[in-house]
Amino acid sequence: MAGARYVADPEECVRTVALDGLSLLFHRPSGMTHIVAPPAPQILEALRLGPADAGEVVARMRAWYDLEGDEAADAVEARLEELEAAGLVRRT
Amino acid sequence: MKHSLSLQIGPVAFRIGSAWRSPIEALARLYAGYPDPGRVCDFTVRLEPEKPWRRWIRPSVAIQGDYILPDAAPMSLAHGLLAAEMGMNLQMALGQKSHLLLHAASVEKDGRALILTGESGAGKSTLAALLGERGWRLMGDEFALLGLEDGRLRAFPRAISLKNGAITVMEREVAPQRFGPRLDGTPKGAIRHMRPNERALEAMAEPAQPALVLFPRFGEAAAARGVGQAEVFMRLTQASTNYVSLGAAGFEALTGLVGGCPAAAIDYPDTESAIDMVEQLWAEAA
Repeated sequence: MAGARYVADPEECVRTVALDGLSLLFHRPSGMTHIVAPPAPQILEALRLGPADAGEVVARMRAWYDLEGDEAADAVEARLEELEAAGLVRRT
Repeated sequence: MKHSLSLQIGPVAFRIGSAWRSPIEALARLYAGYPDPGRVCDFTVRLEPEKPWRRWIRPSVAIQGDYILPDAAPMSLAHGLLAAEMGMNLQMALGQKSHLLLHAASVEKDGRALILTGESGAGKSTLAALLGERGWRLMGDEFALLGLEDGRLRAFPRAISLKNGAITVMEREVAPQRFGPRLDGTPKGAIRHMRPNERALEAMAEPAQPALVLFPRFGEAAAARGVGQAEVFMRLTQASTNYVSLGAAGFEALTGLVGGCPAAAIDYPDTESAIDMVEQLWAEAA
């Protein structure tokens, strides 16, 4: 069964600055600043191609990055829930 | 307003008005040599009696201004000077829209700025005051103003508010006429204001490029450690009074500052060792 599907705001809504391996995100709709570690920025990047569940996000990320192991979907699901709590992604 | 004084401090023009003569006279002595704004002031601070009849019976100063100041507790008239300073600080903190306001001291050398920030009592005021007498230009001991457009730092060299032990340290370095009256028994202990030197006043309109951020901490064995950029960013958002209200402009200004400046935390047991550490880190950053 497919998991929850998530959607991210378009790229112009989030200003991203990389600092020291972390990313600072300024979310324009809320005016909030977030400091996030990988793979959160990569998940947001993958979601900008359109709504997806954790499995689809992993598939998109595999096209760009070497992801090791089979637990990637679980980890991405957990990160998606955190990003949802932060207001950076929402369920469709 | 019966008695008033207008002052230009860096990019900001203040008008301080009072129902009483004495706080305005004390401020005029302390701020001797500061330019008159010659224009409409950005902020007005009013020192008023709490109730009309209290002007005559046991007077107490209430701070009022362009912005509401709910936590500014009325103080006795003897501390009117301090009330004016608190009013100026609060007006700045509440109303500054054109700069990212950092609760930090700053000094300049060769057009480049050193930013000192930390919690109250970390010693940033004292360090900046001392550096300002030893070859640096004091830009400010309380607020550093980061330009939203150009990322450069503007000076805000108001009178330095020395507390407790720092008073004696500076009395050894600076001529007596640059000091205001000693105020004992304030909520922060003894306070004495010191006017920045002529160089700080002459160059108050000159901005500087941020070059080093230091987080000093007094009372520990001498040590320095690098601070990661994400931590610097987080600490500076906490040190800013208007980061949130500036929105995207504040984000751009602060990420630009953090990305372009090395940063370190320094622990120091006494001011002389702190000065040595600052000079060494500055040389390394150059």
